[in-house]
Amino acid sequence: MKSSINVNGTLKTFEVKADEYLIDTLRNNGYVSVRRGCDTTSCGICTVLLDGNPIASCSYLSCRADGHKVITVEGIQEEAALIADFFGHEGADQCGYCNPSMALTLYAMKKELKNPTDDEIRSYLVGNLCRCSGYVAQHRAIRAYLEVKS
Amino acid sequence: MKFVNKVRPSVDGKGLMMGKPGYTDDLAEVNSLVVRVLRSPHPHAKILKINKEKALALEGVECVLTHEDFKRIPITRAGQGYPEPSPHDKFILDNRVRHIGDEVAAVAASDKETAEKALSLLEVEYDLLEPVMDFEKAYENKTVLHPEPEIHEMFPIGLEPMKNVAASYMMNVGDVEKTLANCEVVIKETFFTQAQAHVMMEPHTANARIDYQGRLVIYSATQTPIHVRRILSQALEYPLSKIRVIKPRIGGGYGGKQCLHGEFLVAAVTLRTGKPSKIVYTRKEVFESTFSRHPMRFDIKLGAMKDGTLKGIDVDVLSDTGAYGEHALTVFMVAGSKVFPLYNKVDSIRFGGKVVYTNHTPAGAFRGYGAIQGNYALESAVDILCEKLGVDPVEFRMKNMMKEGETSPIFEIMGEGTEGTAMVMESCKLKYCVNRGTELIGWKDKYPKKTTQDGKIRGMGMAIAMQGSGIPYIDMGSAMLKLNDDGFFNLMVGATELGQGSDTILGQIAAESLGVSPDKVVIYSSDSDLTPFDTGAYASSTTYVSGNAVKRTADKMKEMIIEEGAKALGTPVTETDFDGDNIESNGKKMTLAELSNRLFYNEDQKQLVSVESYVGTKSPPPFMAGFAEVEIDPETGKVELVDYAAVVDCGTTINPALAKVQVEGGLVQGIGMTMYEDVVYSKNGTLVTNNMMNYRIPTRKEITNMHVEFADSYEPSGPYGAKSVGEIGIDTPPAAITNAIYNAVGVRIRELPVTSEKILMGILKQKENGNE
Repeated sequence: MKSSINVNGTLKTFEVKADEYLIDTLRNNGYVSVRRGCDTTSCGICTVLLDGNPIASCSYLSCRADGHKVITVEGIQEEAALIADFFGHEGADQCGYCNPSMALTLYAMKKELKNPTDDEIRSYLVGNLCRCSGYVAQHRAIRAYLEVKS
Repeated sequence: MKFVNKVRPSVDGKGLMMGKPGYTDDLAEVNSLVVRVLRSPHPHAKILKINKEKALALEGVECVLTHEDFKRIPITRAGQGYPEPSPHDKFILDNRVRHIGDEVAAVAASDKETAEKALSLLEVEYDLLEPVMDFEKAYENKTVLHPEPEIHEMFPIGLEPMKNVAASYMMNVGDVEKTLANCEVVIKETFFTQAQAHVMMEPHTANARIDYQGRLVIYSATQTPIHVRRILSQALEYPLSKIRVIKPRIGGGYGGKQCLHGEFLVAAVTLRTGKPSKIVYTRKEVFESTFSRHPMRFDIKLGAMKDGTLKGIDVDVLSDTGAYGEHALTVFMVAGSKVFPLYNKVDSIRFGGKVVYTNHTPAGAFRGYGAIQGNYALESAVDILCEKLGVDPVEFRMKNMMKEGETSPIFEIMGEGTEGTAMVMESCKLKYCVNRGTELIGWKDKYPKKTTQDGKIRGMGMAIAMQGSGIPYIDMGSAMLKLNDDGFFNLMVGATELGQGSDTILGQIAAESLGVSPDKVVIYSSDSDLTPFDTGAYASSTTYVSGNAVKRTADKMKEMIIEEGAKALGTPVTETDFDGDNIESNGKKMTLAELSNRLFYNEDQKQLVSVESYVGTKSPPPFMAGFAEVEIDPETGKVELVDYAAVVDCGTTINPALAKVQVEGGLVQGIGMTMYEDVVYSKNGTLVTNNMMNYRIPTRKEITNMHVEFADSYEPSGPYGAKSVGEIGIDTPPAAITNAIYNAVGVRIRELPVTSEKILMGILKQKENGNE
């Protein structure tokens, strides 16, 4: 079947199977920044924005995305570069595997929450697991990023 | 120092954040065959027959591999020195399966769906065998996991397969029984540590292709590309010279990618079909079919005098290596060699025991291997001893622990798999670490416990730890620097970046030696055809071993630049200097860009390349002190970590931000092992925790307060005074947190992980016994 998805501002029509997940459609079509972590919607690595909201693309059927807007990190390059500066300053980027998904979730959080508390930040990002950093360096970087942006 | 001991962003962080392709599966050939593996549903069985006709008949299936397709060559998947200290007890595919998730057969097909369909068409007849699921019953069990005659050890490691023993070890300093008999206080305790899964975010991934020169090119998420090349060559009897292994970016490893995984199968498929192939493990496969931490039982005795002098340590260890013996002996030995030198003033010490096979997922390397297990046992036992002696545990440690300028006889006796290397601690700021840690956590005000207004109890606990910096006389790192026109450099290293920041810090070391900005040092690492040798990222070796190699290489390049500069300026070498920008002598001057353009295009043309290598003659330990504050609800046993303070002596921090996150990340993995993570099997051998919903790692909600600082320390043998820092952070949480729990509510956790249930049961038992 066909699924027409607006990916990063460009309308694309993909030939998809009924049981195909969005992560595979995107990866197979060159959006390799969308990566697989866990297969069970537990880790957040495969996050993309669907109509602006973070979702796990490993459990979202491609056919359901028909007619919707999907943003991968390729679609927020400027913001990702800015976030990377704050992560880099704290040494928080580490293996980098989860970082495109971190950038996307932060981008969505910034739009959704005004002046979030530490707890609100942690709650918003709780589904984005990281095994390298121990989180506290990420948190320092996120705090600094939000302060500069506001 | 201009560029060392300075925070710099990592060289790859921004590109990866922006989504640039870089990881193994991003780099697979577009039309790769997809390799999937049929895995055993039984913990222990013989394979009588595999009918692959139906699978082969399926359109799109290119190849089905079973044990009949491979020559029986016993190997070890452990990437470490050669000959390896691990038993050669694994076949690429075998006619026997030894754990649920063990490989039965592999299918290569045009796409994932076809490959999975083909797996379902494979018909396998099994003869089910009794599994060994309890590691305390494995020794001399009537069920033998490895009766096959081919398996062997490369040198004596105590392998006794007919007794289910993968390795065994024993060492002695002094006469421990005599010492303990003369001690005024002796304690005897038993501790258990559980298996732990690495849960690196990138699953194990590999792909293969034959390139335009006919070379077998493997991309692999590995910590040890050179070992991958060698072991592949040996296992497939394929010439080593025809294999190229490239390690791209890796999404975390922590030791879990120190062993080979899918490389064998993609190599075999591509060699057979001539077509590119790839394998990406599912998360279930990562849990069931790779490696986890060795569970251990410690029977430990400590003997001391009433004045608080520790006199003797006696330790017997039983370790569970699961179905195969990767790192069986080395992990075991580290449980002694990187733990017990902490208390170096004892009269005698005995350390020994066995590593046994069971029908569990194999154990392998995991950050802090052996050390975290041993540290939990020792540092818990020390607190128990202190209470019996009536001595303050901080004072006891201050009195008995290792100090600068001292040594321990253990260093010479125990290495990793072999004898060790004697060394004196030229840098050891443990005393500072302990003092500073007590300040950071507020020990004086809060120890041992406080009750909060809402009736919860906050307890304080601590532990000290040590690690190493590479394996002396074995681990070798090397580097190559190439000057380019316009005056910038390529640094080629075998060292393996796996997210810890090694490319970044090695570039900083080279820049410091050359005096040039780090932007002018462009680094490439871990391509077996293009970069020089390095044993890989393990044993906390990169900063110290590979870093020393880089420093030597850059120092040599600086000499070459001065020599060529002197020639160009017509000045004596001894009176010529290079400051990173200019070559200068007696008022004459030229820029590096001018010199390099001259060397390439105009006069005295030549390519400047320097190559050096380094192998340690010692393994200077980083040290640390860890302090935990926990809060317990005495009604429910619910425990929360309120604060963790850590002060680390790793010598100079090459990049303080990256070093700090190495410690923070290690701490959280250690906290996870202590409080959240458990590898659980059902009675029939099924792994219950085979997904990330059942296996719980810490989230950012649990980790809120953490204070990490570094001691001002300088290791004379390290590059710019640095020691390694990759593993030390993981070691202290089990003992520090369980000591804090004891100090809060009097419940001693002797079996990890800590759970609220265990604490509550302990509290209820106290009430029953009437000593509330």
